[in-house]
Amino acid sequence: MLDFQSYSELLDLYSSYAGVVDSSDWEKWPEFFLDDGTYRLQPRENFDAGLPLCLLALESKAMIRDRVFGVKETMYHDPYYQRHVVGTPRVLSVKTTDRGEEIEAEANYIVFRTKREGVTEVFNAGRYRDAIVRTTEGLKFRSRLCVYDSEMIPNSLIYPI
Amino acid sequence: MDATGTIFPVDPHWPGTGSSRIPFWAYTRDDLYKRELERLFYANHWCYIGLEVEVPEPGDFKRTVVGERSVIMTRTADGEIHVVENVCAHRGMRFCREKRGNSKDLLCPYHQWNYDLKGNLTGVPFRRGVKQGGKVNGGMPADFKPEDHGLTKLKVARRGGVVFASFDHSIEPFEAFLGPTILAYFDRVFDGRKLELLGYRRQRIPGNWKLMQENIKDPYHPGLLHTWFSTFGLWRADNQSELKMDAHLRHAAMISTRGQGGKVTEVTSGIDSFKEAMKVNDPRLLDIVHEPWWGKPTAVMTTIFPSVIIQQQVNSVSTRHIQPNGHGSFDFVWTHFGFADDDPEMKQRRLIQANLFGPAGFVSADDGEVIEWSQEGFEQKPSHRTLVEMGGTDTTDSDHMVTETLIRGMYAYWRKVMGE
Repeated sequence: MLDFQSYSELLDLYSSYAGVVDSSDWEKWPEFFLDDGTYRLQPRENFDAGLPLCLLALESKAMIRDRVFGVKETMYHDPYYQRHVVGTPRVLSVKTTDRGEEIEAEANYIVFRTKREGVTEVFNAGRYRDAIVRTTEGLKFRSRLCVYDSEMIPNSLIYPI
Repeated sequence: MDATGTIFPVDPHWPGTGSSRIPFWAYTRDDLYKRELERLFYANHWCYIGLEVEVPEPGDFKRTVVGERSVIMTRTADGEIHVVENVCAHRGMRFCREKRGNSKDLLCPYHQWNYDLKGNLTGVPFRRGVKQGGKVNGGMPADFKPEDHGLTKLKVARRGGVVFASFDHSIEPFEAFLGPTILAYFDRVFDGRKLELLGYRRQRIPGNWKLMQENIKDPYHPGLLHTWFSTFGLWRADNQSELKMDAHLRHAAMISTRGQGGKVTEVTSGIDSFKEAMKVNDPRLLDIVHEPWWGKPTAVMTTIFPSVIIQQQVNSVSTRHIQPNGHGSFDFVWTHFGFADDDPEMKQRRLIQANLFGPAGFVSADDGEVIEWSQEGFEQKPSHRTLVEMGGTDTTDSDHMVTETLIRGMYAYWRKVMGE
């Protein structure tokens, strides 16, 4: 199991991530990942059925940066605020790998969306399933998989979950 | 039209005989929408149901819709595929609640009426009454015939691993419905190869369903709205292209061959969305490998009226199912697939290129957004009309994409069928 210091770092990783993706400071989002880290956002029906298709499947930090460019520069969309509420992470395993300590953890999340002149609505509910490793710059995601229950996307999803 | 001062016209008429100026009320009226369901989705048109590979084994079922009517696709032991309406013959309940599964029969839980996978009624509890105290209580009338009370059965067409169905049993054969030109583009993707299901994406778009057909009959917008298409040459006005329709002008294929991209030319200079210096950080997003079955075109987008779009955009292939729910909303369900003989690299390539498409796609997310904003404009003043006159007012095939001919063709057909 994790010692208190490590669990505290894990909590900090989760809350910092939520802070960044809610802040519109998208450039900081890739920095939570290893260079070969992956970010996947997958509808639960595909996950449960063992089907590989994701809503987004970003297979490297470079590809995550490409998404940031898309969000900032290329995708025309209704602007909105988003607000993450992330549950307490549950540590599933801690193991030693050739990269050092690797933590497998998961946490529930809800994302609210508020459009200009709109009321706040529940936008996306799901669960993070993460593999996290310790680096000299702190904990980073080797992989973050967001499996979402909200299979019917309310039109479009632009910003990172 | 605004000059009349009437913003919400009562019983309006489409002026003239053309199809290049579409009244906003064609997208906002509930009565017209109901007539569209009756005449386009429930009669005379084959509607998309799914892929055979979604129900590979006997007993497999998938629930979907034709228009707003819930239906179930089943696979029986003999390998046949059936489509039945998800409404119990007894008290009208929509009994099937799972999206998919495997079952030996179809059961309505309310009074346990039971149907086989073809929709035949096989079990009615207490049909012959219940014996109690030496007499028989209740039971169905003596002339009750189970064979008269099955589920509503749809006519089914299968071609190349794709399933279509119709409530209208007098409908023409599927091949005649598509016509030879569009059938050839259908067969280009579905040539009998075994498909591999990759998964689903769903989005609810707050706009009239016809706007999605229009979106994929509109080659004018992709190189303008979609930075990725113009900047990387995937789809833009100087690409070699063709636009083709069936004889009724209801279905269409937009056929395009990828150009060079990158350079500033007449079709990109001054365009807000064009980013000359843009490069992808991870080249796998654009790791396009030509597949022999494409032939020369690198993209063919086929609209099958009214219910489905078949996407081949480089290595990404999908069906996109239009599921209307009211005049101002539809669900758009993407089924991505590959082919059983894809090697692991090709499968991964299709999955990565899928990032361009769907409700979060680098390209497609914008389409849902502009449809929502269009519907808002229509609701604001239904007396007004759109102006679909790029390339003229005619409805002929084209050898370039600087035209809105396919949208005009669709509305010429719509006017005829709808009597508007």
